[in-house]
Parts: sequence; C-alpha cells; structure tokens
Amino acid sequence: MIENTKYARRYHFAFIDESTKKEIRRKLLKAVAIPGYQVPYSSPEMPIARGWGTGGLHVTLAIIGRGDVFKIIDQGSDASVNACNLRDFVHRMTDCKTTYDTKEATLIQTRHRITEEELTEQQIMVFQVPQPEPLRGVERYEFKTRQMHGEADYAKMWVSLYESIVRHGDIMLGAGYPVKVNGRYIMAPSPIPRWDVPNLHQAKTLYLFGAGREKRLYAVPPFTTVEPLEFEDVKFRIEQFKDVYCYKTHYTRAFLDELYLDDGSREHVINDSNFLDKIEQGIPITPFSNPYIL
Amino acid sequence: MGYVAVKGGTDAIRHAEELVEFYRVQAQTPPLSVPQIMTQQRLGVDKVMGEGGLYAPEYAAIALKQTEGDVFEAAFMLRAFITTMERRYYSETVNTREMFVRRKISASFREIPGGQVLGPTRDYSQRLLDTRMVHETETDLQAFLNTFAARIDKTRLPEVRTYDKVIDLLKREGLLQPVGNAEDRTLKDITREAITFPAPRSARLQMLSRAETGGLMALGYSSMRGFGATHPTVGELRYGTVPLRVKDPSGRVRHIGQIPLTEAEMVSTIKVSKKKQAPYFAIGYGLCLGQNDTKAICMGILDRAMRSPDTSSPANDAEFVLYHTEGIESMGFTNHLKLPHYVTFQAGLSNLRQAIDRANAEAAVAGGVAAAATAATPNGAPAPHLDPKPAHA
Repeated sequence: MIENTKYARRYHFAFIDESTKKEIRRKLLKAVAIPGYQVPYSSPEMPIARGWGTGGLHVTLAIIGRGDVFKIIDQGSDASVNACNLRDFVHRMTDCKTTYDTKEATLIQTRHRITEEELTEQQIMVFQVPQPEPLRGVERYEFKTRQMHGEADYAKMWVSLYESIVRHGDIMLGAGYPVKVNGRYIMAPSPIPRWDVPNLHQAKTLYLFGAGREKRLYAVPPFTTVEPLEFEDVKFRIEQFKDVYCYKTHYTRAFLDELYLDDGSREHVINDSNFLDKIEQGIPITPFSNPYIL
Repeated sequence: MGYVAVKGGTDAIRHAEELVEFYRVQAQTPPLSVPQIMTQQRLGVDKVMGEGGLYAPEYAAIALKQTEGDVFEAAFMLRAFITTMERRYYSETVNTREMFVRRKISASFREIPGGQVLGPTRDYSQRLLDTRMVHETETDLQAFLNTFAARIDKTRLPEVRTYDKVIDLLKREGLLQPVGNAEDRTLKDITREAITFPAPRSARLQMLSRAETGGLMALGYSSMRGFGATHPTVGELRYGTVPLRVKDPSGRVRHIGQIPLTEAEMVSTIKVSKKKQAPYFAIGYGLCLGQNDTKAICMGILDRAMRSPDTSSPANDAEFVLYHTEGIESMGFTNHLKLPHYVTFQAGLSNLRQAIDRANAEAAVAGGVAAAATAATPNGAPAPHLDPKPAHA
C-alpha cells in the first residue's frame, strides 16, 4: 500500500530545489558579467506552461528572498489573469509580500513592458522572454546564431534592417527591437515596445532576462550602454501617440492602449495600471526620462 | 466604458477553477479511484510517465484524474513536480538483457532466442467496439480471472530466465558494425543542462524518450514515407521490467526496484559512399518508460535518421526533430496565444498604419500622373505591406 505521508509533501521554498536554484544563480552571474550574452541553463519545468513566463519565474524564484516585495505585470497590468496567476504562485511558494506599487517593489517580473516609473538601484526587473535570439529572424539554426554571436558577425541582421527600409520605407520591427549591449552583443530586449527601449540604456536597475522554453538567460547590468540598431540616416524612433491622450487622466507622456468603447468610439488609456492609479489618485510620480518622446 | 483587462483577474481565475471542478463532477458518477486509473488506464499512465519523464504510476494516475484524462496536461504536471525534487543519483546503466520479458518480438527473424513472445498487445486483434464493456461488473472480472487462472498449469511454468538479444545474432555474424562513437559514452543530463547543437547522442535519446508520441510518429513516419531514406526493420521490440541500481555514497551498488520499459532496436542498412567498403547494418535505438511500442519504434527510426549526413529531410535534422517533438513545450507555447498581446500588437499596429500612410502618399503622387481609376485593390485601398517578421508574443 501507498503510505499516506507520501502525498502530504510540502513544497520547497520558492518551489525549485536548492541545487537547481544555485545553478540558475551561477548562470545569472555569468549573464551579468557578459552583458547581452545568452547563457544556456537547465530550465526546470514549472507548473506554469512553457511560453507563459517560465523563464521569468526561474529567475524570480532563484533570486527571491523572504524579505522581498514582489510585483508582477503582464503587458503593463498588475491584474491581468496571467499576472494574477504568477503572483499567486510566487506568493504561495515564498510567502513574500506582494504589491502593485512600482516604488514599493524590490523585485518586479514583467511580461513585455518596463514600468513608466523610473526604477532604482534597489530594484531588480525580471523579463519574461519568448524568443531570446535576436538573429532568429535571419537565421533559423541555433547552431549558426551562436557562431554569429561568437564572431560578432551581425551582417545578416543589418542587411535585413536595410532590406526592410528598402521594401517598406522603415525598419518594421515593432516590439522586441534589437539593441547592441555594451558595444558587443546584439540582444532581443524581450518584446517590449520601442517606447521602453531607451529605458534600458544606462539604467540604475539590474535587468535580468529569462527565456524558459529556449533555455537561455541574459542580463543588462546597471549603467550599461544599450543602443538600438539604427542607421546614420534612418534613426531609431519610438511609437508616437500623436494627438491622443489618456481619456481618464489627460496624461500624454506614457505608453497608451487603444480602447474600443461600446458605442464603437475609440479612446486611449495609460497602459501601466499602477501609473494610471497613481495619477488618478494624485500620488506623485517619477517617470523615466525618455529623450525620444517628442 | 468598454472592456479593460485590468482589475478582477483573481476572481476570474477562481471561478474558472471552480468551473473545471464542476465539469469534472457534475454528472455525479462515482469518483474514479487512483488505483483504478493506475491499473485499468495502464497505457495512459505509461504515456504520462514517459512524456512527463518521471516513473511514478500513482502520481501519473492522480494527474490523469485531475486533468480529466488529458494526457498532455497530466504529463505537464509530472514534469513540474520533478522540479521540486533534488537529483540525488544517476542510476547505473540499465541492462535490458536482464529484462523480465513480457513481450518481445522480432520482424527481422522468424525464430529468435526464446521464441516470439507476443505478450499483451492489440496488434493482431480486430479493433471492434465492444459494447459489452458498458455492462461490465465485478462478477464478470472475477469470472474472467478464474477462467484465466484455471488454464494455467503451474507445474509446467518454466523457471524465470532472461533471453539473448537479436542483435547478438547479428553481431556474431559480423553484420552489425560497432558504432565506436565516443559520444555514446558521455552522459548529458537534459533536465539539468540546455541542449546545444550538435547534440550528443545521450541528449538526443533523452529528448526523444520524453518526446510526445504523436510528434515522434509524425516525423518517424515522414522518414519512412519518403522524406529521408530510413526504412528499418524491427530487429527486436521488448517490453518488460528491468532492475534499477544506484551507487550509494560508499560506492556500493544497490538495487532500488524495477521499472517497466519498452525497447526497440531498429535495423537498417547503411550504404557507404566509398566504393570499396561493403554496406552494413546499423541500429537505431529507442527506449521509453512503460509500454509504448509506437514511441520506441519511432525513436529508433529517428535516432538513425538524425545520424544521416544528409540533413535535407526534416527527420534527419536533429535540431528540427528534437525541438519540435517536445510536446510539453510546444503545447505551452501554442496555448500562450490565448494571452493578451495588446502592447506588442500596438507596436505592430503603429508600424503598419504608418506604412499604409506612406503607401497612400506614394499612390497619391503616382495617381497624379496616372488616372485615379486604377485602384490598387478591390476595396480601393492599396495593398498594405505586412511586416515580414511580426512582433513575437
């Protein structure tokens, strides 16, 4: 017969076993030491599906401590279902305090946005990454992209950007715009919109990236040069929200979501839910300074 | 105002969970017991253990119960469960010559050492729907078991023994060339290390062993049907239990139990490119948890196919095969499409609108010369240039 105690097993702190967490932390140190370089790692299975943020969870769970205050956002929102589910999981496995407040958080996991509020040296931001390989669009084989990174051979990437300009009059990459980190590696900044890309450059915060399905970790350490790829005559630019404003706050200098209202009309609202709450409640805000906002 | 996916996520999740539970139990049929699933849904449990990569029949049965029989989801739960446990030991190499054989067949030879043992298989029976299953009672089961036992003459039961393997026959005749590859002797643990290419054979076989049966079959089948030139013969297919041993810290080898395995050794002819060298037989190898003939056979085909120097066919391409047969990862990523993508979509939208504006402006300039009647598309708008590489999820 099966003993009863077998099923009464308690979960380990932060779910993952200690030796695997240690391995992830070692790989993160390597990632920090070589900014933008993709470090392969074990990528254990999570009770969350592949492609739903397992890489972010690996990083979060490997570095979270009992004193951390945890925030998680999904496409700008603290309360969308995936964010709720992941926050609940991290909370159940660590008993850490969770928050919606960008300022209060010590550790923020994100899917595809950087907060509008500026992050500090005391905070770490963890990105969920679906496709860590910036060269995947120009080279389908991992084997070859590793070689291209090793040799800093980014010719194919530049040619594809050039071809895009010839065909479409512009670099047609939206989210996940490729950047060069510390003058060496080309990196895919998770698919954050171009709006957020300047906030990676010389930031005070440690940015960690986890791609679970592809089993790669990488990092942008604080105060690191991050340059979007651009040509002398075709410069990088961000999404422009021309002549529109947040219909709830009339704020203009934030990434806005388009809403289609019941009557078919169109409005815009601030995408970052905590930022929106703060403006609505009159709480002081400290946005990133973004030189690309016109 | 319209729908905004901002607050209320927690409630929605809780309600969805409640509904799942409701759907499972709403018909008020007697609850399935875990031992029932373990025994009567044996092949489902085997599949879950194999794809989950964990030998734990009770846990696999619990997972099947919890997921209403969804093998993918159940295997996914087992995989996640592994993450909570330390890896303490690596087992000593399993020797399938020690297998307590429940089934062993060869398609290469009519007679093999110990004879062909069909064992439990549906291969040779007609797949006719048996509606009598509806009325099956415990009395029926007991009656069947009694009749079954009565037919066995215990005095004639041979002593338990192991059997030589078919490949030994081939080796003795010198038809099978030793692989002699050093890559066969190094272990890369794919649960602890990311796979890199070219992947060593140990990693390839581990990936295949946890791969999704249907995915393996699609690629294995493609290789037999003409995409690649593998058409192997089943040298030997075995299902049975093998002893498992680990080395304890003092260096003593200890027996820790038995696990059921299916093993396939697929024989194929290798044509050599050099003119003077004679062609030879080589083995494609498959091994998976539980009874799953299809998976073991397809593993064997793909193991061989991936060693082909010509990578123009999908099945011969290790990177293609290994990444795309990983069922749990592909399922997760496929289903992530259900998550909201409005920020990334907005980024693409903004690009697309500007591209359309530019195209319109160009058309307007061109239209100044040509007659405005030559509209670019039926609805009057110029064909939008779609982003050749749309924003990822």
